Amino acid sequence: MNEEEEIRIGVFVCRCGVNIGGVVDCDEVARYAATLPGVVCTSVNKFTCSDSGQADIQEHIRKYNLNRVVVAACTPKTHEPTFRVCCEEAGLNQYLFEFVNIRDQCSWMHIWDHEGATKKAKDLVRMGVYRAKLLEPLEESEVAVDPNAVVIGAGVAGMQAAMDLGDMGFHVYLVEKEPSIGGRMARFDKVFPTNDCSICILGPKMVEVARNENIEIMSYAEVVEVEGFVGNFEVTIEHKPRYIDMDKCNGCAQCAEECPVEVPYDFNEGFGTRGAAYVPFPQAVPLRAVIDLENCLRSEGKKCNACTKACDRDAIDFSQEKRYSKVKAGVIIVAPGSVTYDPEQRNDYGYGIYDNVITTMEFERLLNADGPTEGHVIRASDCKEPMRLGFINCVGSRDIKTNVHCSGGVCCMFNMKNAILLKEKRPEISCYIFYIDIRAPFRGYDEFYNRARDIGIRFIRGRPSEVIELENGNLVIRAEDTLKGEVRNIEVDLVVLGTGIVPHKDIEKISKMLKIPRAADGLLMEAHPKLGPVDTVLEGVFVAGGASGPKDIPFAVAQGSGAASRAARLLVTGKTKIEGITAVSDESCIGCGLCVDVCPYGALTLDEKENRVMVVEAICKGCGTCAATCPVGAMEQRHFKNEQVEAQVKNLFTLA
Amino acid sequence: MEAKFEPRIVAFCCNWCSYAGADLAGVSRYQYPPGVRIVRVMCSGRVEPVFIFDAFKNGADGVIVTGCLPGDCHYVSGNLNAERRVEKTRKALEYLGLGAERLRLEWISASEGMKFAEVMRGFSEEIKELGPSPLKSQVKNE
Repeated sequence: MNEEEEIRIGVFVCRCGVNIGGVVDCDEVARYAATLPGVVCTSVNKFTCSDSGQADIQEHIRKYNLNRVVVAACTPKTHEPTFRVCCEEAGLNQYLFEFVNIRDQCSWMHIWDHEGATKKAKDLVRMGVYRAKLLEPLEESEVAVDPNAVVIGAGVAGMQAAMDLGDMGFHVYLVEKEPSIGGRMARFDKVFPTNDCSICILGPKMVEVARNENIEIMSYAEVVEVEGFVGNFEVTIEHKPRYIDMDKCNGCAQCAEECPVEVPYDFNEGFGTRGAAYVPFPQAVPLRAVIDLENCLRSEGKKCNACTKACDRDAIDFSQEKRYSKVKAGVIIVAPGSVTYDPEQRNDYGYGIYDNVITTMEFERLLNADGPTEGHVIRASDCKEPMRLGFINCVGSRDIKTNVHCSGGVCCMFNMKNAILLKEKRPEISCYIFYIDIRAPFRGYDEFYNRARDIGIRFIRGRPSEVIELENGNLVIRAEDTLKGEVRNIEVDLVVLGTGIVPHKDIEKISKMLKIPRAADGLLMEAHPKLGPVDTVLEGVFVAGGASGPKDIPFAVAQGSGAASRAARLLVTGKTKIEGITAVSDESCIGCGLCVDVCPYGALTLDEKENRVMVVEAICKGCGTCAATCPVGAMEQRHFKNEQVEAQVKNLFTLA
Repeated sequence: MEAKFEPRIVAFCCNWCSYAGADLAGVSRYQYPPGVRIVRVMCSGRVEPVFIFDAFKNGADGVIVTGCLPGDCHYVSGNLNAERRVEKTRKALEYLGLGAERLRLEWISASEGMKFAEVMRGFSEEIKELGPSPLKSQVKNE
C-alpha cells in the first residue's frame, strides 16, 4: 500500500435481526464510528451477510472509493470468508477487511446490559478501525493438491468415503488398524429397524471396497504421523507384522485349526476362543490369516511349528517385522469410529462379578448364528436358556457418574432390537426394558418401538438402582417405576446392559496428531455443528462416522459420503489457496536464532552467511510465536504485526 | 474514579480454541461482564509481554491470556511458549508493583463455552477485589 494513500474506511454495523439490534444500539455505534479518524462512511444493515447487505458493502466500496472495510457483526469464525470474498469481488484485497465481533462476544454475552453492551460495541469498533488503518494487502499462495486421499478407519463410514472417492477416480489409501475392514457393523447380528442381517449387507460392500481398483487397503496398519498441509500431506503408516505372506495365504484357516493356543475371541466380544494364528472372521477382507505373536508360544521361547506345518501354501513367515511407509495425500478423512462403554471398570450392575450380567454387544454375538453359541442364547452360570430377560438402557451414558452424554438413541434402539429378535423367535420369553426415555427419532424407529410393545416387551421407565444375584444365578433388578410411582423388584435369568457410546481410545491420539479439537464428550469436533458437520478446523481434513458423535449406520454412511464429497472439491480442482498469514523477517535481524528454536514446523532457517533468519513460507503456518520471541522486532507475523495488534490494545477502553 | 468499580479485562484469545470457546459462550448465552474485551491472535504464542504491558498502560485492570489445552495446541507448542512468557511477565508485574495476580493464563478449548464465561466472571471478581490498576490514575485519555 502506498504510504501517502489516504485511508478511507467504511464501517458496516449489522443488526443481525434482533440478535445484535435487540441489545446493542446499532445506530449509536454507527454514529460513533463515523467520528473515528479515517472513517468516510458507515451503514447499518438488518443482515449484513445477506445478498443486499453484501451489495451494500460493494456499493459503498465503489461510491466512496474505500480501501478498508470494517464489519461489526457476528464472528469471523463463520463469516470472515463471506466478507473477504465480498471485498475481493469489489476489487479490495481481502486482507484489508477487518471483522469486529459484536454478537457472539458482545450482544449475546450481555443480554441484560444494553448500555454496557453498546459501550463495549463502540470500543470494539474503535479497536477494529484503528487496526484496519494499519492492515496491509496480502496474497494467498496457490498450492497444488495431490490427487490421493488417506482414509483413517475402515468401518462403514470410512469404507463409504473410500468407495465414493475411488469411484470418482481418486487413489485412496484405506488404513485400518484391525486385520480386517468392516468395523463395528461386522459384529452386529441384525440391524434396526429392518432387522436385516448385518454382515449379509455389509459383506458385499466389503468385497466391493477390496475390488475397487482405486482403493489400496492397508489393514493391520495405523497412521502414526501426519506432516504437511492441505493438498500436501505426508502420512506415515505403521504396518504391523502379520507373519503371513499375503500373496500366498488364501484364508483357509488351517493354521488356526492347528494352533494349540486359546485366546478369548475378540470378534465374539471375548466369548469362545481363537488361536494365536487365526482368520479374523469368515467374511473378513482381506481374507487372510494373522498371527498374534503376543499370544503365540514362540513369544515364550517355545519352538512351536504347528501353523507352519499346517499351511500347505508355505505362507507363514515369522521373519516379518514392523515396517513404516510414507504416502502423499491431498486430503485426509478421519473415521476411526467409537466404542461402547466398558462396564467392567465400575462393575456396573454386577458386570464382571455376576456370571449372568452381559453387555448388549455380547448379547449380539450370542444371537448371531455364527457366534459362539451358534445363535442360541444361553447364560454363563448354568448354560441354560434364559426365559426372563432384563435389558437396562443408558449404562455408561446419561449418567453423571460415568458419562453424562446420550448415545443419541443408538443404544435405545440397539437394546430394543435385540429384545425384539429374541421375543419374535420365542414369544414365551419375557423381556423387560428399563429405560429413562426412549429415543426413537428417525424413519421407522418409532414404528419399531410400537412393534416392540405390540409383541409384549415390557417397558419400565426407571433407571435401576441395583441388580442382586440370587443363589441359583438368577438376578433381581430393583428399580423405581416412575410411571407407576412404585419400587419394582423383577427377577430375571439374564441381564443385558445397554452400554453407551464413548470415544475410542485412539481418538485422543488422532486429535493430538492432527490437531483437531475434541468436544466435551471426548469425541472429535466438527468445524461447525450445523453447517460443517464433516469438516474440521484443519483445511483438507474431514471427519465421518462415530468419531464425531454417536451415530447409527445410515447416519455414518451419509457422513462417509459427505466427507468424500467435501474432500473431492479439493481433489477435482487440483489446487487450493492457503492463507497469506505467514511470518516475515526484515534486515534488522541480528541472527540470534531464538525464533528458529521456537518454530514448531522448522519453517525458519538461519542463513549463517547473511547472519539473518529466512522464512520458508510454504512450511510456515502463521502462528506468530517467532514474532513474539524476536528481541529486536525483525520477525513479524503478517496480518498480526506488532503495530496492528497494538493498535487494538491501545484502543481497548474509553478512558474517563 | 466512579463509585462503582467495573474492572476492565483484556483477554487475548487464540483463533482455534479459546476464541471459539468465547463464541460458544455467546451462542449458549453464558453471561459475563461487558468489561471483558477480547483481542484475537492466531496463537497464544503470539502474545508478547509488550502487548500485556500496553494493555495495562491503556487502562486494563487485568489481563488474561488464553489458549488451547496443553497437547492440543493448533500449532503444536505455541501455547507452551505462551505459558513461559506469561510466567516471566507475571514476575515483572510483581516487580513493577502492579501485582502478578493481575495477569492470568488459562487453557480453554473450543468446546468450553461455559468455562470461558466462568473464567471471565471469576477473574473479573478477583480484579474487583484487588481494585483498579494502580497505573490507571496515571494515564490520561488520548
